[in-house]
Amino acid sequence: MQRKAIFNNKLLPYLLLAPQLAITFVFFFWPAGEAVWYSFIRQDAFGISKQFVGFENFTDLFADPLYHQVIINTLIFSLAVTVLAMGLALGLAVLADRHIRGKDGYRTLLIWPYAVAPAIAAILYIFLFHPDIGLIGRALKAAGVDWNYTLNGNQAMLVVVLAAAWKQVSYNFLFFLAGLQSIPRSVLEAAAIDGASATYRFRTVIFPLLSPTTFFLLVINITYAFFDTFGIIDALTKGGPGNATQTLIYRAYIDGRVNLDLGSSSAQSVVLMIAVMALTFVQFRFIERKVHY
Amino acid sequence: MAELKLSGIVKNFGAVRVLHGIDLVVQDGEMIVIVGASGCGKSTLLRIVAGLERSTGGTVLIDDRDVTALEPAARDIAMVFQNYALYPHMRVFDNMAYGLRIRGLSKEDIKRRVQEAADLLGLSELLDRRPRELSGGQRQRVAMGRAIVREPKLFLFDEPLSNLDAKLRVAMRAEIKRLQRRLGVTSLFVTHDQVEAMTLGDRLVVMHEGRAAQIASPMEIFERPADTYVAGFIGSPSMNFLPATITEDAKAATLSDGNIIALPPGQFAARPGQKVTLGIRPEHISLTGPLRLTIDLVEPLGSECVVHGKLASGEIMALRLPGAPPSATVLDIAPRTEHLHVFDAETGKRLPPPA
Amino acid sequence: MAEARNSIAAPVGMAGSNPRADMLTHVVLVLGVLLFALPIWIVLMGSTHDAGTIGRGDVPLLPGAEAAANYSAVWNQGNKQRAGVPVSTMMFNSAIMALLITFGKIAISIISAYAVAFFSFPGRMLFFWAIFITLMLPVEVRIFPTFQVVSDLGLVNTYAGLIVPLIASATATLLFRQFFLTIPDELVEAAKMDGAGPIRFFKDVVLPLSATNIAALFVILFVYGWNQYLWPLLVTTSTDVETIMIGIVKMLGSQGDTEWHLVMATTVLALLPPVAIVILMQRWFVKGLVETEK
Repeated sequence: MQRKAIFNNKLLPYLLLAPQLAITFVFFFWPAGEAVWYSFIRQDAFGISKQFVGFENFTDLFADPLYHQVIINTLIFSLAVTVLAMGLALGLAVLADRHIRGKDGYRTLLIWPYAVAPAIAAILYIFLFHPDIGLIGRALKAAGVDWNYTLNGNQAMLVVVLAAAWKQVSYNFLFFLAGLQSIPRSVLEAAAIDGASATYRFRTVIFPLLSPTTFFLLVINITYAFFDTFGIIDALTKGGPGNATQTLIYRAYIDGRVNLDLGSSSAQSVVLMIAVMALTFVQFRFIERKVHY
Repeated sequence: MAELKLSGIVKNFGAVRVLHGIDLVVQDGEMIVIVGASGCGKSTLLRIVAGLERSTGGTVLIDDRDVTALEPAARDIAMVFQNYALYPHMRVFDNMAYGLRIRGLSKEDIKRRVQEAADLLGLSELLDRRPRELSGGQRQRVAMGRAIVREPKLFLFDEPLSNLDAKLRVAMRAEIKRLQRRLGVTSLFVTHDQVEAMTLGDRLVVMHEGRAAQIASPMEIFERPADTYVAGFIGSPSMNFLPATITEDAKAATLSDGNIIALPPGQFAARPGQKVTLGIRPEHISLTGPLRLTIDLVEPLGSECVVHGKLASGEIMALRLPGAPPSATVLDIAPRTEHLHVFDAETGKRLPPPA
Repeated sequence: MAEARNSIAAPVGMAGSNPRADMLTHVVLVLGVLLFALPIWIVLMGSTHDAGTIGRGDVPLLPGAEAAANYSAVWNQGNKQRAGVPVSTMMFNSAIMALLITFGKIAISIISAYAVAFFSFPGRMLFFWAIFITLMLPVEVRIFPTFQVVSDLGLVNTYAGLIVPLIASATATLLFRQFFLTIPDELVEAAKMDGAGPIRFFKDVVLPLSATNIAALFVILFVYGWNQYLWPLLVTTSTDVETIMIGIVKMLGSQGDTEWHLVMATTVLALLPPVAIVILMQRWFVKGLVETEK
């Protein structure tokens, strides 16, 4: 799509695009290309010889039981974060959308966690759940629960899920609130005149009309859980205990930066790129179809 | 003050030709209105004169200077847009001064010119407002002011009144005409509204499918339309058209139902047996005659009424009658001979006067 | 729009007239707000107590007397026992990074969107898609090769290495392009008539009209830049360019001998700038966020 009225300069547009394109090529396409290239290469431990190995890095990767666990971790983590963050946000948005006093105040008080960094969110959750100094952690221990997320993998997963969801609720809340506020009043009045009760109206009118927002947020939340939670995991659990909270991104970081395993890290990058492309593709397909209407 | 001369203006959009060679000379100080239905190419022609669109062929001369290849800013012209196109973030003063600043006029000159234009347009009190704080009519005036301060050789108006409500449109129409007379700037005005065209233009260009169907004064176009398109386009309700054949003596025409209508003597060079279209304006019909009209709709307009009906031959006709609507359901009518128009049935062109 | 319509959950027309339902709504919302605020409260209060209180495991919910001591300690010395960097230095590094990323992204995005929207030239759509497709290549998925490139260019441990790779922005470019497409053609033509060329039009018309979008993006991108964690972790090892996010996680150490009161004070300082900006510029931020993504 282009506008009708344009300027005729020949060189200027290229100059205007140059900085963005330069950065894009040097720091996006070049590394992405390298990732693909190195995913077919194996290097010896000293980085002296390189050898083309076809899909071997990928077959090794998918044969590795550890990578299986990482995939399962990622799925559990993403699903839990998405459901929790979206459910809470929808509930709060519906309440804040009621015609009550001070609703703008509530919005202000609910949006700020958006600004909290993942790493900071992790630290806040240490102070809640740490077995020795955490408010809730100590309370759990006092209640007789054997609580120590630094030793228990399930508990560790629970804490990273809570921290990640806590941070994402405000983002979802803003979108649900905007979605609710864009539902035309006449539609709701029509439903009320038809005699629908408030809950029935929510189920049959509001929720379907919110489905584009919901779907959009679904993709965004999964993307968030996949890619933007590195800081939370690194600060809270470093992927542990054991490998209990390692996600795909965290594993790629460990293999690339800590283990310096070029082939495997590149193969993992390629897997992740395919995942992002799939998510983006799904998002655009459904946005085009406008979900529901 | 300048003369605008267009010769052989052709414009293609891809494979489609939208202008088929327009020739037009606008005299110094003259106001020419280009009128036509949407898609006739009138806006494209104006935009070519403005330099916003490149013509495929032909030349644009302003005061004998060839500006065909020049950028809009280099042509020394000003344009008033349909939606005013005011800069929304600038005050009225800055909107009018912007072009002058770019041209590097001194602060005092800018101030003086803007002040003069504002006085002329009654905008003096509004110079510190922003466009969104103005009414439609005021915005229109600012757009005019922006054109006036530039003191250009040529004013271009692209349907500037079509976003106003009916009452304001009539008032602004008169204002534009007064202003143009007073400043004496050569102007090109595009509209689809025939009333606007008739009232504003010293001469009109009636455009049809990328061609200038007729270029003439408003009365000339009304009284002697060059073809059936122009005849039907100008006038409300539209001219009635009846197919007919010229009689052996070439002094009358036979309608499809056999009725014979006399032609005004000495006005049309008709050949015996020629197929023609007779054009009769709704107000040029007398209430006695051989044609029987069955009325199916009457629209009273107060001082006059419009009657729609069907002739025995099945053709539909509209009449404009002074006074109250007739009580009858059937009228016997005839065209007034002196106002009869005769067009060739094949080409649609008005028959020429006898040699 | 919001004020023109009534509630959704309450019966239409009766919204706000049911005191019991309203009270319940308030109660739930207040609980929600408290739930969100609780961790911040703990940290805020904790940061005003001495090391012993927190080390013992007492979680103070009321302010203590050590606020000045703790904050000035971290601000000036950081984590003394570990020869840490002063928090003031880390905050400075974070601010430089966040601001340069923010303005860099806005600047290069607005000019590339201007090129794509207001000019016609060979390769226009190709370049547009090239920018667009970077949406699918977040730094997280190409960790190692991107580090490789930055290291080959000798940018490790430099501000340039921290910032430049992050200032390409498909999102901002798309947002600006979207907005530019809504600028009426006649405005461009009027400017041409007035004699304004593309650069003048950009400076005098497009830039002022984009003010709201720029403000919204400023908030979103500042938060993005300030909160960066993975990228600085990859390209900085020197304490000279250490950002607050990296520094604070380092402070945690092995958690055995962590000076929790100092971590708490640092946490408060680290989250203050982005939270303040989001709250103060809430109006633009909400508008920008909802529009960016749609």
